[in-house]
Amino acid sequence: MTASLLAIELAYWQQTVLRSVGVLAAVLLLAGTLVYVFLFKMMSFMQSRLGPMEAGPYGSMQLLAEVGKWIQKEDIIPWRADRRLFAMAPYVVVLAVFLILAAVPFGPDAWFTDLDVGIFYVLAVSSISVLGILLAGWASANKYSLLGGLRAAGQLIAYELPMVLAVVGVVIQAGTLNMQGIVAAQADGEIFGFSGIGNPYIITQFVGFFIFLVSMQAELTQAPFDMPIAESELVSGYMTEYSGMRFLLFFIAEFASVGAFSAVAATLFLGGWALPGMDLDADYMNVVGPIVLLVKIMLVSFVVFWVRFTYPRFREDQLQQLAWKFLIPLSLVNILATMALKVAW
Amino acid sequence: MAEIPTPKAPGLVKGLGVTLKTMAKTMFPSRGVRTLVPAPSQGAATVQYPHEKETPPPRARGVIALKEDNCTVCMLCARSCPDWCIYIEGHKATAPPRRPGGRPRTVNELDRFDIDYALCMYCGICVEVCPFDALFWSPEYEYSELRLADLLHDKERLGQWMETVPDFEPYEAGSEQKVRKVPR
Repeated sequence: MTASLLAIELAYWQQTVLRSVGVLAAVLLLAGTLVYVFLFKMMSFMQSRLGPMEAGPYGSMQLLAEVGKWIQKEDIIPWRADRRLFAMAPYVVVLAVFLILAAVPFGPDAWFTDLDVGIFYVLAVSSISVLGILLAGWASANKYSLLGGLRAAGQLIAYELPMVLAVVGVVIQAGTLNMQGIVAAQADGEIFGFSGIGNPYIITQFVGFFIFLVSMQAELTQAPFDMPIAESELVSGYMTEYSGMRFLLFFIAEFASVGAFSAVAATLFLGGWALPGMDLDADYMNVVGPIVLLVKIMLVSFVVFWVRFTYPRFREDQLQQLAWKFLIPLSLVNILATMALKVAW
Repeated sequence: MAEIPTPKAPGLVKGLGVTLKTMAKTMFPSRGVRTLVPAPSQGAATVQYPHEKETPPPRARGVIALKEDNCTVCMLCARSCPDWCIYIEGHKATAPPRRPGGRPRTVNELDRFDIDYALCMYCGICVEVCPFDALFWSPEYEYSELRLADLLHDKERLGQWMETVPDFEPYEAGSEQKVRKVPR
């Protein structure tokens, strides 16, 4: 069936429509799943309570209820705010998530875009969300929003670096920037001649994986790196003045970007959509691949939320210290080691 | 500049362990054969309120009950209330003499005794200050209203709460204080 599906030729605009709908569904469904499984249920269990139980079986419809509530709420724009920027900011933040997910492959032919410099593109567009957050902080005409926005900017710039440097190790090992190429390199790789499970880079690039996870946590402004929205200091940071639909967009962006970054981490370090022992080019991988990737996304997201629900917030100077004094030197050492080993073998 | 304490790795790992263990305990509380059957509703420390209810301890401060017969309109409670949420009105009346041939007495009769639970902060000063055993704590707590104004309980409503007032518990062994009785 997949073969006949793949044989269908579509015009460019038809493909574009399909891809847009696909990305939209991927982002929203992923965000919804993450919110229900981790924010509503796992967090509650970690705090020895049940979480939402009333809406739908085991509270599974709670998110729909919340979305309905948010849509009904009044969209308040402060009098002093820069109206146009204020209205635009949440869309910019959400846009970044869509752009990231657009470059992640789900199967041999299941991808939204297959760029030659895929991972480079992902790292580039992932910093667009900083712009949205800064816009939101600036346009709100509120000192707490501005402080939150500036904190977010400082934090995201600081952690962009170790993240990029951690990815460099993977790129050196894979020898390609293409996401499909990285998946293939991991599936075809071998560990000291043993090729049974390929070579997911979490084994050779475990330092890189650690750095990537930490800086991902910071990029996502999840606790312990949630100073931009630190509620005890900044009310709600850059989101302070937002309500209703626009707040919902920020909320979706927060959780969808967890999914998007987890997808990138899964592709780079856990082997992406490939599963050991399965033919990479087979048609059925277009169906199995997305499921495999989803499982891996859930695994990485689990770690993200597990850390989020465990640790208290960093102080601002501790956060910068961790990035500049620990993660960046460590990632540089990681790159040097990878280079040396790559040349040696 | 003081030395900045750095996070210690073993403590961080331990913290992760604590949350994971709590989650496992909540999800899989059963032992033995049923260990792997998730049963979070047994494992959770919380109670699903409208479906199951916990009985509050007998001395819980739920709502204040009024024994109208004991009230002498002395206004002590209204004056000592930090929130000024007690409203009392009364009038003087004559009552027949206690002994035949005596003088008719003057008594205060209660016209209005309202407590506004929208304002009340449950400090219990009124209950403490009442010298005539007219105010009591009841552990009842389910009296929320859809309209704010309905939280103003009048003396009939406050009187109905008297039924829910539990008897005072006996004091500790060796106490010389006599246990007070709730007037029924």
